[in-house]
Order: sequence, then C-alpha cells, then structure tokens
Amino acid sequence: MSSSMTPRGLPEPQGLYDPRNEHDACGIGFVADISGTKSHDIILKGIEILINLTHRGACGCDPQTGDGAGVLIQIPHAFFEAECTRLGFSLPSPGEYGVGMMFLPVEPHERMRCEAIVEEIVIEEGLTVLGWRDTPVNANTIGRLARSTQPYIEQVFIRRAYGMDQDALERKLYVIRKRAEKEVANTDLREKSFFYVPSLSSRTIVYKGLLLAPQIVNFYLELSNSEVRSAICLVHQRFSTNTFPTWHLAHPYRYLCHNGEINTLRGNVNWMQARTSLLASRLFGDDIKKLDPIIAPGGSDSANLDNAVELLTLAGRRLPHVMEMLIPAAWASDPTMPEDVKAFYEYHASLMEPWDGPAAVCFTDGRVIGAKLDRNGLRPGRFLVTQGGLVIMASEAGVLPVNPAEVRFKGRLEPGRMLLVDTEKGRLIPDEEIKQQLASRRPYAKWLKENQISLKQLADPPRVQPTDHATILMRQRAFGYTDEDLRLIMIPMAQNGEEPVGSMGTDTPLACFSDKPQLLFNYFKQMFAQVTNPAIDPIREDLVMSLYDFIGREGNIFEETPQLCHTLKKRHPIVTNWNLEKLRRVSQGDFLATTLPMLFRVEGGEKRLEEAVDSLCRSASLAIKSGYTMLILSDRGVDEEYAPIPSVLALSAVHHHLVREKTRNQVALIVETGEPREVMHIALLMGYGASAINPYLAIETLEDLHARGYFPPDYTFEKLLKNYIRAVDKGLLKVLSKMGISTLQSYCGAQIFEAIGLNRAVVDRYFTGTASRIEGVGLGVLAREALLRHKFALQRPVESDTELEIGGSYQFRERGERHLLNPGVISKLQHAVRQSSYSTFQEYAKLVNEQNRNLFTLRGLLDLKPAGPPVPLEEVEPAREIVKRFATGAMSFGSISKEAHETLAIAMNRIGGRSNTGEGGEDEARFRPDPNGDLRRSAVKQVASARFGVTTNYLVNAEELQIKIAQGAKPGEGGQLPGHKVSDAIARVRHAIPGVGLISPPPHHDIYSIEDLAQLIYDLKNVNPQARISVKLVAESGVGTVAAGVAKAHADVILICGYDGGTGASPISSIRHAGIPWELGLSETQQVLVMNDLRSRVRLQVDGKLQCGRDVAIAALLGAEEFGFATTPLITLGCIMMRKCHLNTCPVGVATQDPELRKRFQGQPEHVINFLFYLAEDLRQVMAGLGFRTVNEMVGRVDCLVQRRDVNHWKARGLDLSAVLYNPAAPARVGRRCLTKQDHGLESSLDHKMIDHAREALERGAPVFLSLPISNTHRAVGAMLSGEIARRYGSEGLPDDTVRFDFTGSAGQSFGAFLAKGITMVLEGEANDYVGKGLSGGKLVVYPPRTSSFQPEENILVGNVVLYGATSGEAYFNGMAGERFAVRNSGATAVVEAVGDHGCEYMTRGTVIVLGKTGRNFAAGMTGGIAYVLDETGEFAKVRCNRASVDLEPVTDGRCRACATLDEGTASRPPTDADSIAFLVARHAELTGSPRAKWVLDNWATMLPKFVKVFPHEYKRVLAVSPASASLAPVFSSGDSAPTGADLEVGTSVGAGLRAGAASASREALGG
Amino acid sequence: MGKPTGFMEYRRELPARRPVAERVSDFREVYQDFPEQKLRLQGARCMDCGVPFCQTGCPLNNVIPDWNDLVYRDRWREAVRALHATNNFPEFTGRICPAPCEAACVLGINSPPVTIKNIEQAIIEHAFREGWIHPELPSHRTGKRVAVVGSGPSGLAAAQQLNRAGHWVTVFEKADRIGGLLRYGIPDFKLEKRVLERRLEQMTREGVIFKTRKHIGQDVPVEELGGEFDAILLAGGAESPRDLKVPGRELAGIHFAMEYLLQQNRHVAGEAVAGQILATGRQVVIIGGGDTGADCLGTAHRQKPQSVHQFEIMPMPPPERSASTPWPLWPLQLRTESAHEEGGTREWAVATTRFSGDENGRVKQLHAIRVGPPPKFEPIPGTDFTIEADLVLIAMGFLGPVKNGMLESLGMQLDARGNVECDANHMTSVPGVFAAGDMRRGQSLVVWAISEGRKAARGIDKYLMGDTRLR
Repeated sequence: MSSSMTPRGLPEPQGLYDPRNEHDACGIGFVADISGTKSHDIILKGIEILINLTHRGACGCDPQTGDGAGVLIQIPHAFFEAECTRLGFSLPSPGEYGVGMMFLPVEPHERMRCEAIVEEIVIEEGLTVLGWRDTPVNANTIGRLARSTQPYIEQVFIRRAYGMDQDALERKLYVIRKRAEKEVANTDLREKSFFYVPSLSSRTIVYKGLLLAPQIVNFYLELSNSEVRSAICLVHQRFSTNTFPTWHLAHPYRYLCHNGEINTLRGNVNWMQARTSLLASRLFGDDIKKLDPIIAPGGSDSANLDNAVELLTLAGRRLPHVMEMLIPAAWASDPTMPEDVKAFYEYHASLMEPWDGPAAVCFTDGRVIGAKLDRNGLRPGRFLVTQGGLVIMASEAGVLPVNPAEVRFKGRLEPGRMLLVDTEKGRLIPDEEIKQQLASRRPYAKWLKENQISLKQLADPPRVQPTDHATILMRQRAFGYTDEDLRLIMIPMAQNGEEPVGSMGTDTPLACFSDKPQLLFNYFKQMFAQVTNPAIDPIREDLVMSLYDFIGREGNIFEETPQLCHTLKKRHPIVTNWNLEKLRRVSQGDFLATTLPMLFRVEGGEKRLEEAVDSLCRSASLAIKSGYTMLILSDRGVDEEYAPIPSVLALSAVHHHLVREKTRNQVALIVETGEPREVMHIALLMGYGASAINPYLAIETLEDLHARGYFPPDYTFEKLLKNYIRAVDKGLLKVLSKMGISTLQSYCGAQIFEAIGLNRAVVDRYFTGTASRIEGVGLGVLAREALLRHKFALQRPVESDTELEIGGSYQFRERGERHLLNPGVISKLQHAVRQSSYSTFQEYAKLVNEQNRNLFTLRGLLDLKPAGPPVPLEEVEPAREIVKRFATGAMSFGSISKEAHETLAIAMNRIGGRSNTGEGGEDEARFRPDPNGDLRRSAVKQVASARFGVTTNYLVNAEELQIKIAQGAKPGEGGQLPGHKVSDAIARVRHAIPGVGLISPPPHHDIYSIEDLAQLIYDLKNVNPQARISVKLVAESGVGTVAAGVAKAHADVILICGYDGGTGASPISSIRHAGIPWELGLSETQQVLVMNDLRSRVRLQVDGKLQCGRDVAIAALLGAEEFGFATTPLITLGCIMMRKCHLNTCPVGVATQDPELRKRFQGQPEHVINFLFYLAEDLRQVMAGLGFRTVNEMVGRVDCLVQRRDVNHWKARGLDLSAVLYNPAAPARVGRRCLTKQDHGLESSLDHKMIDHAREALERGAPVFLSLPISNTHRAVGAMLSGEIARRYGSEGLPDDTVRFDFTGSAGQSFGAFLAKGITMVLEGEANDYVGKGLSGGKLVVYPPRTSSFQPEENILVGNVVLYGATSGEAYFNGMAGERFAVRNSGATAVVEAVGDHGCEYMTRGTVIVLGKTGRNFAAGMTGGIAYVLDETGEFAKVRCNRASVDLEPVTDGRCRACATLDEGTASRPPTDADSIAFLVARHAELTGSPRAKWVLDNWATMLPKFVKVFPHEYKRVLAVSPASASLAPVFSSGDSAPTGADLEVGTSVGAGLRAGAASASREALGG
Repeated sequence: MGKPTGFMEYRRELPARRPVAERVSDFREVYQDFPEQKLRLQGARCMDCGVPFCQTGCPLNNVIPDWNDLVYRDRWREAVRALHATNNFPEFTGRICPAPCEAACVLGINSPPVTIKNIEQAIIEHAFREGWIHPELPSHRTGKRVAVVGSGPSGLAAAQQLNRAGHWVTVFEKADRIGGLLRYGIPDFKLEKRVLERRLEQMTREGVIFKTRKHIGQDVPVEELGGEFDAILLAGGAESPRDLKVPGRELAGIHFAMEYLLQQNRHVAGEAVAGQILATGRQVVIIGGGDTGADCLGTAHRQKPQSVHQFEIMPMPPPERSASTPWPLWPLQLRTESAHEEGGTREWAVATTRFSGDENGRVKQLHAIRVGPPPKFEPIPGTDFTIEADLVLIAMGFLGPVKNGMLESLGMQLDARGNVECDANHMTSVPGVFAAGDMRRGQSLVVWAISEGRKAARGIDKYLMGDTRLR
C-alpha cells in the first residue's frame, strides 16, 4: 500500500508493522440540554464526564501523554464575537459563518503556505475569510511526547456567500475542507502531516488532541471561559493500541465519536470508492467532483465512518436516517420488529452494505445529538435524563453526580437502538418514534414488493446439461480435488449438514512450501477478531446474523427512489446449477447477464495466465458498457486446450479492476466455478467481492457420489444438496462471526484474509489491500500449479490407481502432503524419552531440523549466525534453569484425560516449569501436594470464555492467570463439550451437570474491547495480586498492534500462538485456514512492542509446534522469553496423533474420558521431563555455538538470524523474510526484553480499606460491617478481599454474611467480581458492567437510591454481562439489568426485575428469576439450571425466548426435583417451583425493598400462573434418567426458615450480618 | 470414516489354518477360507489414524486405512483400486509377507493389531473372483524398449509398471519358468502357483514379453541387450547363499536350502525331478531359524521325515515384543509359523561345529555347541553335543547377487555389502542400466522387492521420458 495511506502521526509500514492494524477503543459520552439552552455548565459537565472516563483510556510509555481526548460543542458565538472584535474583525450573525479548527505546521513559513492554500480555496468557492485566530493553548500541561508533536492550532473564520442558507454553507465548508486536505497533501511541505482540520462548520467545533482527559481544560484555555457556551457537549477518551503521537486520531470527528471498530472497513471503503461515480446530487451539483476521495486516506475506521456520515448528511438525509442506514439494527430475523421498519431497513440494505462491527457511536450535527448502538450491542452505553431536562450519556453510569431525586429516567443503549435529543424541538425522541418516522417517510414496503425480485420468480431454464462420471472426474482432477476432499469434507457436509470436526493442529507445509500444486485458496489465511473486538456466536446469536444479499445495479444513493431497490434478493451466496441457468437467461427489469470465461490457454505456458486475466478484466469493462448488469465468470469450459484461472484470482482481479474504474457497483459478479468445495473457498470468493457463487463441480460431485452409492439409501440428491448448502452457510457464518462480522453483505469484499507466500506484484494488482508480508510466488507459479492439475486431468484414468490424488492434508499419507509429525518423528521422540536416551533424542532433533530445512516452516528458511565466538558448553546456563522457561499448553481436563492432565502437571512442577489447566477448571484436591511430594496443581490457571470452574479459590491457587483470547487451532471460535463427555468428575470441576453438554462462547463476554481486557486483567490481579496475568493471542497480521494494546492493558505476559496449535475439536477448515505461523506473529509483536517502548514491561511467550532446540533458539532470537509446548509433550506421553480427540476414542488414553481407554495410558512424568531437559540440552548446544551464555542474552537478537540463500524450491525461492528479521531502530534505553514490572495500579483499590476493616473476619471469622461511599472509578470492588478469604478458607469461605459492606453511589465495573462466600455487599445506587462476575458464593444486593422517584423495574440499575461465569452465591437487583444477564451462570441464584437481550445465555446451573421484561434471545444455548420469568403479556414466550435448547413450561405447585432446595432442613422434601419462586421473591423484597416484588407477592394467586419456567432440554433429559443428578441441582444457602406457598411474610429473618441493615432498609422503602 | 469404535468392539480374528494332520499330507495352502462378513468387521477395527504408522511400516506404503475402511463399507471395487495403486501383486504379499504393517499398526501399541495382511489378501481374491482384474493396456506406446533381467517379484513389478507407462518390456529369466523366488523359492503351502499364473497371464496380455531359459551373462552376453534395449533393469536377486564353513561340510546329504526347496517346487508343479533331495524317513537338521528355514521345515514335514531339528545361532527371542524393538519397529519376538506348528524341534543359541559322515561319505552326525549372545556368540564350555543327522539343510541367508557373469562383464560397481550400487533413481554405475530388488538391496522380503521394482520403474521412466507419472 502506498505511504499516503498511512494515518498521519503513525509510523510508515516497516518490518511486519502496518499502521492499518491500529485499533482503539474508548470511553464516549455526551451531555445535552434538551431545551437547547446554551450554557458553560454543559461544557464543564462534559469535561467532568471525560475525566471520570479516564480509566477507559490509556497512556503509553510517557504517563503524561494520553492516547487522545476531545470535546465537540456548538459554536460559542458570543465568545468568538468578542474575541474577533478584539482581533480586529467582526463576525456576522450565528449561522452566517463557519469556524475551522485548524492543526497547522509549526514552522511559520510552512504554516503560512497552508493558510494561503485555505484562503485561496475559500475565495475560489465564493466565500470570504474573515480572519484567523491563534487558539490559546498551554503546552506545559501536557505530556512530553504530546508536546513534541503538537501542531500549531488556529481557528479560521469564514463568511458565507450572500443569501446562502446554513445547510448550503455547511456543504461549502465541507467542499473547502476536502479541497484543502488534498491540496496540502500534494505540496512538498515537510510538515504537511501536521495539517488537519478537526472541524469546519457553522454549527460545531471540536477541541481535541493527544491529551489525557484532565488535561484538556488546561490545554485549551478557552474551554474554561464562562463565555464559551453550548447546549451540547460530546466527549471522547481514547485507548489505542499504540503509543505513537497522533493528534488527529483523537475523537470526536466532525459528526461523531465512536467506541468500537468497523471490521468490514476494507470492503466499505472500496464500495464507497466504487460508488462515487454514481453519485449525483441536486444539492452539491458540480461540487461533488471536488469531494473525491470521499473517504480520506489515512483515517482510522472511525474517521472513515465519519466521512461517510458527513457525505450522506450533507447530501440531504437527516442524521438519524444516515445512522440507521450505515449501522442498521438486525432486522432480518427479529420477530419483534414492525414490518414497516423492516421494510425501511431492507430498502436501505439494497442501497448499501452495513458498516459492521462493534460500535457505539455518539453523533451530532449541532442540532440533534444522539447515540446509537450496532446490531450486536457489544459496547456499553448508559444514560439518564434529569427532571431539569439534562441528558447525560456515557460508556458508564455514574460519570456525573446527579442528585437521585433529580433523576427522571435511567436507561442504557440497546442493540440496534438509538437515543436522540433534538435541541431545536426541545425533546427527547424515543427509539420507536425515530424508527416509525423513518419507516413512514416513503412507502418502502410497496417499493420493495414492486421492484425486488427473487430467484423463485425467474423463469425456469431449459434442462441443465447432465454430466457423467468421466467428465466429472476430469474436472475434479483439473480443480485439484483429492480423495480426502470427498471423503473427509464433502461427504460429511452433504450427509450431516455441517462442516466436519477434526482435532489436533495442522502440521503440513504452507502452500508456498508444498511440493504439490496448491489451490490459490491455500495461500490465504482467515483473519479473526481478538481483543479489540469480539467474535460472535453465530449459532446461539443467529438473530444478528444474516446471509441475505442483494444483487443488481446500484444507483445514486443520494436519491431515494423505488428503482434503487430493484435488486435480486438472495438468502445465501450459493446458487445451484439450476438457478444459475435461470440467471444466465434472466430478462427481468434491469437484469441482463453475460458469461465471461475464466480460462487460460494451455498452449503457450505460464505467461498465458496473465494475459487471460487482463483480457477478462477488459471483457468485464466492455460488458458493463454494453449494459450487462450481471457478469457470470465461468470456468465451465475447461478442456484439452483451456485450463481454469484460479477462481479467486479471476474474481478479485475483475472486482478490483472495476473498483478502480468505479463501475463495480453497476454489476453483480457471479462466479460459476468448479474450484470451491469447502467453506474456506466460498468465504474467500465472498471476501474478494463475489455477489454469488455457483460451485457447479461440487454439486455435480455430490450427484455423482450419490449415484455411486456413497450415501445411505434414504438420502436423495436434493436432500444432500440442501445439507451441503446448509453446511456452507453455517460455516460461512462461522467465518464471518470469527471476525465479529454479522452480515454477509458487509463481509462481501471486506478481504478479511492475509496472504502467505504471494508476491507483492500479485497482491498489489489483484488482491489490493491484502496483507502479504513475506513475498512469495507470482503468477508464473500459480499458472504452473494450474497446468500441473490440468495435465493430470487429461490423463486417462486407470484401474490400477486411485482416480484422484490422495490428499494427505488432514491425515498423514505417504504419497500425500508432508507432515511435521510423521511416523519417524513421533516414534523417535517416544523412543528417546522412554529409553531416557539423549542420543536418540539427537536423532529425533536431526530429523526435525532436516525436515524444517527441507522447506516446511518459515524457520526452516533461516540460518543462525553466531553473535560472537563460541563459548564452552559448561559456561552456558544449565538446563535446569532453562526448563523454568518452559510451559505446557492449555489443554483442559475434559479434552484430555485425568491421567494425562495430572502427569503433565506433576512433570512441570517437578522441574519448575508451568503446566496449564486449560479451559476446564481444576479439581481442588489437586491444590494440595500428594504424599510423595508431587503437586498435581497446574501453575497456570486459564480463564477462558466459558469460565468453567473459575472460582475465587481456583484463581488464588495459581502462579499465573492466563486469559485465553484465542486458540491457535480455531481462533475466534468457541467450543462445545458434548454431553456424553461430561462425566461426573468433569461436571464437578466445571460446575456443571453430568451428561449435559457445555458450550464455550466464541468471545469472552466481558472482553469486547481492549479497555474491557484491561478491566479483566485488573479484576484478576485484584483477586490474586501475586499471580502474573498472561494474555493468549494467536498470530495474525496485526497481532503486534493488539499485543501493544494488551501490554498497555497491563498484562504481565503475552503469549503468541502459532496457527498450528492443537485442539480437542474444531471445524476442520479452521484448523488449517485461520491464523498464521508464530514466526510472523512473534516477530511482529516484538517489533511493534519495541517501536512503542512497551517491550520491557511484558514477557513474551510463544508456542506452536516447537520441537527441538533450534526451534526454541529461533523463537528466542525473534523475541520470545518463554516457550510453550503442547503437542510434543502429549506425544511423549503416548499420543500418536490419532486426530480423534473429538470422538472420545483415543486408543492410548490421552484424549479420552472413556474409563476403558484411559486404562491404556502409559505416560509418565519422566517422559515429559526427559523431553524438556533434552530440549534444553539441545538448546544449550545451539547457544554455545552462537556464543550465548544465557537465554536472556538471546532474546530479540534477530541480527543472529539470516535468510538462507541456498533455496531453490520452485515456490519458496520467491520468499523474502526481511520483514520478519527487521529490527526497528530504537535508542538503547528502549528495552528489547522484559526488564520491569507492570504497574497494575492496585494501590488505589477500595479493597485495601475493606481488607483492613475485615481483619477480624479474615483472622477469626468474626462478623464485620462497614458503610462506604462508592463511585464509578472504584472497580472490581470486593475482588481482592475475596482473594484473601479464598487464600485462607478455600472454596468453603466464611459463613454467610460474616463480612458485610454497604455502599452508596455508582459502583464502577466488576462490582462484586469473584465475591467469595461469606461476603455480602449491598449497594444503594447503581452499578456498571460485570456486577458479580465469577461470583463465588458471595451475596450481592443492589437497589436504586431510596430518594429516587422512578420505577425501579423500568430503569437500568446494573450494566451488561452481570453474573458472567458465576459459580455460586446470590444476587438481588431491584431494577433492570443490561444485556447478557447471568451469561454462563453455573450456580448462582439471582433475582432481577428486567433484563436486556441474551439473558441466561449458555447457563449451565443455578436459578434466575426475572420479575419483568426480558430482551430478545433469552436462554440461548442454556443447557442447565432453571429460569423463571414473569411474563405478564405473553410476549416472552412468544418472541423473546430462544427456544432452541429450552422448553417453556407453566409453573406448577407440583413437586419438582429440579428446582432449588430451600435449605438443608427441607432438602429431603424437594420444593415446588412455586415454593422456590415465592421464597426467592420474598427474599428479594426483603433485601432490596422492591415494590414490584411486594406487589407480586401481594397478588400471588394471579401472578404465579404468569411465571414461565425455562427448562433446558438436556437438563430435563438428564434429570429424567438420573435421579442422582437432582442432588446436583442448584443449591443456595438460605435463611432460617423456609416459607411455603404464598404464605409469606416480608422481612423473614436472614443471616446474622444482614439483619440489621437490609431489613430495616426494606421496611423503610416499603413504608415510603 | 469407518467405525470409530470398531477397535473396542471386535476382536482380532484370522482365518484358521487347516488341521496339521490334514495339511502335512498335501502342498496346498494352509489357510481356510474366512467369511467376508467377518472380514469386514476386521476392517472396522482399523482406527483410521491421523498418522497411520502401518503405511510407513509397509515398504510399499500401502494406503492401508483407506482399503480397510472400504472393505468395512463393502466397497470392494474401490478397495482393490486403492490396493493396486501402491502394490502390483497384493496376492503375493497378502500371503507371504511377514506384515511389518501389522507390527506398526497403532492399535498394536496395546491391543492385537488389525489383520491387515489378511484383509489385503481378501480384497485381491475378491477382485479376481469377481473378474475385475483385466489386463490394463497403456493408452499409448512410447516406442522405448526395456529389458528386465530376472522375473522375481521386483522384476515383475518393474515390468508391469514400465509396460503401463507405455514402454515395450521384455523379461529375461534363466529358469524355464517365470517367477523367480515366487516360483521356486516359496513352497506351495504358502503360495500356490496358480496365484502366480493368473497374474502372469494378465501381464502377458498387457504386452509384457517373457523370455525364459535366457541366462543373461551366460547364455546371452549382456552386451547384446544394450543394442536392443533403451534401458536395462537388473533384478536377478541375491542368489549367493551363505555357507557354513565347518569340517565335514563336504559330506553328502548337506545341501543349501534353495536347492532343496526348488526341487520340491518343481515336483509340485508336476515336473520330474531326478534324484530329488527328500527328507522322507530321514533325520533332518535345518541350520538357520529364518523364513527359509521355516520353508524347509514345512517342506520336510510334508515328506514324512523321521525327525526334524531346526538350529538357530541367536538366542531364543522373547515371546512378546522385545524392549529393544519398541513399537512401531519390526519386533524381535518369537514367531510361530505354520511349519513350526507342524512339528520338529527348535533349538536356539546353537552353533554347528562340524559334521561327521558315514562310510559312504554321507553326513551322519552333526556336532554343535551352545553359544552366548551376539555379536560374539561365545561358545559355552561343556555344552557341546552331537545329534544324528542324515539330511542337513543350510538356510543361513544370502550374501548378495551372483557376481560372476553378468555383473562382472558389466563392470558393475558394488556397494560395501556386495550389492549393486545405485543412485536415487536406481541407476547403476553403468548409464542406462538399473537395478532393483535383492540385487540392489540384498536379501529381503517380497514386499521390498515389489517396492524396489516400482521405484526402479519410476527411475527408468524418468530416464527415458524426462518425467514420470508412475508412482
């Protein structure tokens, strides 16, 4: 990519660093006076919000320099009027002039040039420059780094032309800005990168910079001037992944500020670019041409989105309309959405694709101000409205103190919804009204009905040509089908309707190292979301997902005409052979198709490919000129003379050619190809711009297999085809959701791939914008690969050989693809460790090194270069020290057997290395040493998305807590442990029910962004301050940038995994196609951390098929300090790479729970120890040779690596590893390995005070009580104290209510996280996200201020993701909770009065009562536990509950085994559902004083029948067959007496500590 | 694929051998039929491993898991295709291969391995029975001519491969019938010769020309071939037997095993063998405990001897896999072949020190001593003994190819072990002349011979055409 695309202020691309990968996440907010009354107070309030959001931002290596902060306000006319008069010019009336906030070069001459350019343009555009004003700033108040790059800041005042209305003036100012940006960029000014226009408007002005929130008011002096007044103030605090000084990447932009990121950006920008040729506006007239490029190069995703918003708004749509168009709600499958609103969305969907990604956006045009959450709602937003007409909205509640009595209403941003204040009309407009207004603008539904067409409507074609086996076979060979493709991929897909699952990691060479011809598809790797945005669960959250696509000629999106929705609507991207013939012959409306051959001549050899691609592009242009609207790119004509152009090459070449020609939006590109057969192939074609795909050969193959009896007799071909398409669809949704993208429409063209081993010429020309960092093969090799396949295709099949190539990518085959772990390597290693033979190990290491050098891995391309003279071996640090740097990989007890898991732990503990629990908890019995002194406890406790067994006690029994963001084998995906693998023992440590399946969600529901990760790190560090916190990432392009963010989020260790890591179960295509080798990821991480001076704060660990000393040496030289091994230790324990872990049939007892098979386990700790010591010994030899005495000396010494020059492999010779070996220049003070400790900021924790106070309880178990004020800056309150309790008392904790704290105020995030048994925390006020996360037996009570006047059940009380991963304990919330209440609850009991979307998702145990409304998708993926929902309207049962895994049953008075036992005294008599509800509601009423609870109890007879019992199928099934499981039903500790039925008394006495405070409080509240 | 839990559900089962009493009275194969339904369940025992060690254990790299699964799924036609893809003659290996694949079978780590060899045989027999084995004519002829010297398994495999690649192939055999060791070395009770015939018929119909009684280097000067052929493959085996150089060796009644086996094979084939060496009524001692020794043993049983002893110089191997040869290596362990079941006495750690003869110069007694372990085989004092023996068969292996004649006249370069030295493409030091099988590799298994033949065919095809599609 050209350097002009580098965002200003960021470094140019270098090494593996690319500034395009930068991310940020933020705190956002606004305050507005609904009446539009301007005041200085609004600004002060906005700044106070900003300051209270400081913890959501970050600072880099210079603690005084923030990542950026800013405010947007209305133009303070009165202030400027006075100022300008003082400067000698006068301003006209408000609205008749615009103010530009200008960042200019510091150097005076350059600055003047810029000013002159602006003035000239203003004049040319017919406006007048009134004057310039230096914006007074105080640079002494900001950080050193910020100061060093601070631009000169001026304001320019521009008067309108005579008679121009204000909207026209805005448009002109926009044109002026766009022109000025371009013209300055075209100068040769040295400091032109300083030039930036934060705002140029007659309505709004932006003050921003590389600031920390508290600095802004001191820096921009006028912000404290009381004459500066505004009715609105939009604020933003940035947390970016870098520490580079970037002034203009601070928000707000001209119209918005954004928290989140736009995943589909590359596609959106390309599509925007392509559609500019169609834009014509009555309002802009000829000026439209001056706006190109619409999306200014070098902007961030937020800046690009702002550019689009700006254009569409100024072209005439109102701002809310634009926002709904760009960030639509999930309309396609929402049963609750009115039809006309759906029609509005659908109409706009045919105009343009969504800008998809997690996004919370605050926006304003100076008149309206609002906020909007995307369809997923993955960013927090809380607001309140005061009686006095003030709206306060921010990422958190409690950012501005408001007298509770003053609060009229509290709410949260909800997925797809909008909060809007119209200061001109003086009203707050509810979301429903906005949507209704928009929906009724035009008769969208009618337009759609009349103009939209579907495949069904098209005329049937004459018969499709039949094919025979010989033809199909020829084609299969030409397209490189292997026996494995049929056997392992296609047959299972067609039979089961889903992608097959495999296990263990991939260990075949990269496509560019393979001796076999590879499909071009194999040169690409899928990218995925990690940390900066979450992956989505496309199964459990399918309501936000959509494969709908609209194809057809796009029009002028400035208009709003029926013609614009004249599109063909498709439900998914696959077109069957039958439907393709329909399309080929289409003649309906504008639709007219032509077929362009995607072939090249065999004769003439490799160069014919390039000619053919060029000619295809030319034909496409010509076809568009001739009026065709559908281009079918087809390789059906493969024959003796013609070979197929790789389909994704042909497609992407045409797509980019048309984007450059700006005609892409005028046609649909339909790919008729024999090449794709698996999900990855389809995903690539969609990702590079296909409108639809006809995989004709895959379809024919299924037909042929069916005819040849490959399927059970009851399968018809139609059924198989349907299944196959369903499998592709599901797989595609998974690929999209891996990246956090929800709609295929925005995935299309988004290019979410990295190329490995394609040269720059190919990528720049045909896959423009795709990362490809190590060069590689060119078109010649691609042609040669196609020709090799073609040659094979033309050979006559013989009886004495298989018809297709054998494959061997998934399973080792002697004639197939090579594997790192082959019989020779595996058996050598096993022999070495079992016979304790170092010499056999050396033979093994030799094998490994030879095969690496024989072009297998990237490290095989490297040679080691000594740093100095060799040192004697005995001077190299001893192996026993080196092994302390070794860790075994995260493998859960569940994925591997108890025997294997414990053997690894014992081995690692014996040598001082670290074993890892994996995502499955750990049996507490292992926390104590065995009689022989061995310790079976894993030093590393993993915290993964499902939080299985993550209790406080688990956390304190760790030396390291590892947050697993992604896994090498399947980054961006969750997992599932099928019920049959959930044995009693596994269920126990996972806090689940035996036999009930367990789901791990794709994302951590408390990590949707980098600042969320910082919060989780803080939470964990609080629970266990001694443990180091590590974050596990998977290598992909941009991982370095993510790692920089993670370092800034205070991780102590960052683990970079290669894509080849193992798994117990994963879709086969993920194992191969997602992620990249660790060499790239590690090297990028090292480079970016050094560039940001963050390297010295963290330790880097690496893993991914490290096999011998040389591998480890290379990893160290590339920057790693620690090394992880998983597959190899398993092999030492007997694993023979069966790759059947997911089937539970491991024949050597390693990866199975089958008691019979487990008996076959023969591994011993000595085997692992032998391996690691041999490895260390092997490494020592390498070190001695290189001249290193310690590993520390080696870390990051990339200068000791050189690329081999002796490589003459036909593909690999094109590779260039110089980017991997790049060593960023940095001064000596910048550390290149870990030298210091992170500052976790624990000293400011409120828990210190609490622990001091609880001393008596901690030491003697005596009850203690304290009241405290709390604010949103107090985070993870209770976590450190809980850690103290767990450390002393284990999971038993203290008796209930021993320690009690009463808080007043707005609690910060993670209130009561990991709260241990024995602690009760009562909060009067409100709380932010993650209340009671990981609750471990403690008790939480939250109710609104007693003085507030609103209805609690209708107002938001606690934030999102409350009780995530709770394992036991109780929680009572007298109000509404946000999204994902009790997600992954595995044992807590909770009562709440209303919840947002996705309540009780993935829940496996525990009890939840909701006394009111729920959002959508309640109980998705819930497999255990019970929820009772008070469904007064019947809406819950009808549309709000996801019934895929649960039954809804009436609540009866009958006895039910499954419900909560009330206490030990009555445990023998299982209570009824009604008993449980009554008991808990009474308790809720008593503890919180909830008026609603009281009302329910008062009207018990009429209310009880309205409760719906949410009962998971699996749980029910298990209970039905195994009464023993009943004892595993959720149990909560309880009060002294067990009320029965409706016969209740509020105020029943409860635990001692609680009695005093809460009981009186509830009486008070109820009395009032 | 297949049945994931098959290995836990079904036990290993092989076809039974015919009762000893019955089988020693004829020379027909010793195994009984095995019902296909049962066999398919044996196929289900295959675990379809991610890393199938069996395939590497097999010198031919047979894609064992694939055809195991196809058999289980009753897809025999595809099974034989997959089998033939790597092995020209599964009917030979399915009978006489010691099955290193089974030694490497992953299931064998802790359970009895899959009955791979038996499945292999069943597939090819099924195919012959169904009439699926046709001559496979090349799609075109290259016009190149290749001479293959020797018609043992490697020569035959190479000939079939080269013919299929389109070359005209002529196989020269010094004996009067084609087949080499398969014909004359292996007794019928292990490999009935009809099995060989039907394959030779296929090859003949494919266009391979067989010329018998042409001893290249003796009857026909090797130089003559050079003028006529574009390439020559030497596949003459390793026919120099290792001799036992002890006093009395010259006595009558002491023979090399091959001499003995060849005569019986001819006899079974219906040829008249004058003065055949017979064990009938004799006190037989076989020296050498390997496969050839076992073949002698089985043959002797069928000739009704008075007694048979088999001596082996190595100590008795353990009954189970020895720790020195862990899985997946070929295990050192005691093997009991069908011949051992049939009688005779096996003695271990015995070294023959001398023979003494009767007045007619015929061997009468064998004198031996017990020895220690290798490599020194130290005699253990006081353990010497004498045994009556009037027929002694020496089955002590082979030293390599016969040097005089063809190899000498070609001036062939030999390796340290006396075998023909070749490059990676199996070409010898003489351009255009290739070697394969025991001649290149030294004495080995039939499966290795086939593998050698295929690889050499690839080398020759590449040499002739610049490129090869053979696998």
